[in-house]
Amino acid sequence: MRFSVLDPVRALGHTVVTGVSAVGRMGYLAAGAVRALRQVDIWGGLLLGQMARIGVESVPIALFIATFTGIVLALQSSYTFTGAIPLYFVGTLVGKTMILELGPVLTGLALSGRVGANIAAELGTMRVTEQVDALETLAYDPVAYLVVPRILAGALMFPMVVILADAVGVLAGWGTSLYLLDMSSPEFLKGLRLFFRPYDVTFGAIKSLSFGLTVTGIGCFFGFSATGGAEGVGRATTRAVVVSSMILLVLDAFWAAVLL
Amino acid sequence: MRDVYKAFGTKEVLKGFTLEVYEGETLSIIGQSGAGKSVALKHIVGLLQPDRGEILVDGERVADLAREALYRLRRKAGYVFQFAALFDSMTIEENVAMGLRRMSEMTADEIHGRVEECLRLVELEGYGARYPAELSGGEKKRAGLARAIATKPKYLLYDEPTTGLDPVTTAVIDRLVIRMAEELGVTGVVITHDMDSAYRVSDRIAMLYDGRVRFLGTPDEVRASGDPVVKAFIEGRPELLEAVS
Repeated sequence: MRFSVLDPVRALGHTVVTGVSAVGRMGYLAAGAVRALRQVDIWGGLLLGQMARIGVESVPIALFIATFTGIVLALQSSYTFTGAIPLYFVGTLVGKTMILELGPVLTGLALSGRVGANIAAELGTMRVTEQVDALETLAYDPVAYLVVPRILAGALMFPMVVILADAVGVLAGWGTSLYLLDMSSPEFLKGLRLFFRPYDVTFGAIKSLSFGLTVTGIGCFFGFSATGGAEGVGRATTRAVVVSSMILLVLDAFWAAVLL
Repeated sequence: MRDVYKAFGTKEVLKGFTLEVYEGETLSIIGQSGAGKSVALKHIVGLLQPDRGEILVDGERVADLAREALYRLRRKAGYVFQFAALFDSMTIEENVAMGLRRMSEMTADEIHGRVEECLRLVELEGYGARYPAELSGGEKKRAGLARAIATKPKYLLYDEPTTGLDPVTTAVIDRLVIRMAEELGVTGVVITHDMDSAYRVSDRIAMLYDGRVRFLGTPDEVRASGDPVVKAFIEGRPELLEAVS
């Protein structure tokens, strides 16, 4: 095979065109989803089921991550502060870090694997086995039937799961401070209250709402775009997780810049 | 369908495809794998849009229909998918009831009754509570047919209804296709490359070759055709195609 000096240019052009096309198709799907909100008769009955699948079934993994994050935060902050900063600041660091950053982001990343992959694989399989076409022939708008309930469930449930994870992470940090760091409860709570603002929880909830929209929306997009059988579904699933994780981190920085 | 062109990327699939289906008839479209038979069928219900040309159903241009009008058209057409396309997460009863829930004002009891009736018609009585994964290939196709006829459509589109089935099950499906036409009076379009099946169920057969209709006639006319492309296909003799190309 001969190498041409134009090959890198062609490859770059192809990447740009593919990327722009994907963004355009995402926008088209998003517009379709907004339009499909009117079709409550189609998605209304499916919302609760999706809330259970996306939210309730994600609680165990979210709490598992939060528990160990809380423990590690307490231990590492104590290690860092000892001899330099009063130990009650362990409560401050655990609370602030869990609520503002690690609760939403680690839960979001875990759910992009669990929820995003699940949605992309399910919708991708439906696409390549013509189940999406079957919905069309039965006069169901596939966007109203498949996309809207998942995105709404993600937007509603991610903040709830994150708030629960925040609470469990703080409790785990508190327990660690009591039993492994020789701190007392009043000390930990003093630190926790010191810089706590209710707005922190609002900030985490807004962030996790945007994560919920992203993870479910990207999962739906790549699932709907799947082609070519099992391999195509696998590719769509991987892309959904990778792209939603990357967007999630960008959003994390965006919200910090805009809201803090 | 009039002078329809459709390409996917650089691959031109339909190149001036023209075909008229008469009311009440069963018309089969035959042709090699990848010839564009399923692509042509999907245009009829607007699952695909033509690059050029027009598709008219009951006088309406399918490509021009707004979403609601398109759904009204789809209510008149049942579609039987090649691999049934049953919804995995639903029972057979729920699958068959899907269209009824969307397209009719029937009560739950009426829907249940209609589902039972459709399952009886396709000889799947007592299968309502099963999931698609628990059915054989032939049973899935029959369940797909039950779903397609549940709303009493005027048209039935079959995408390779007998592909991959044993001869006995193929004969059962063929009998159902004939029954749908005779008892329910539906107009049928059948995509197939199974010639025995095409001869059995069709009033007319269209041969799709190189993106357009190469031959159109009754089963007897197809059998008697001297066209090397038709003969190559129905007799399974690829060497005849070499002379054409």
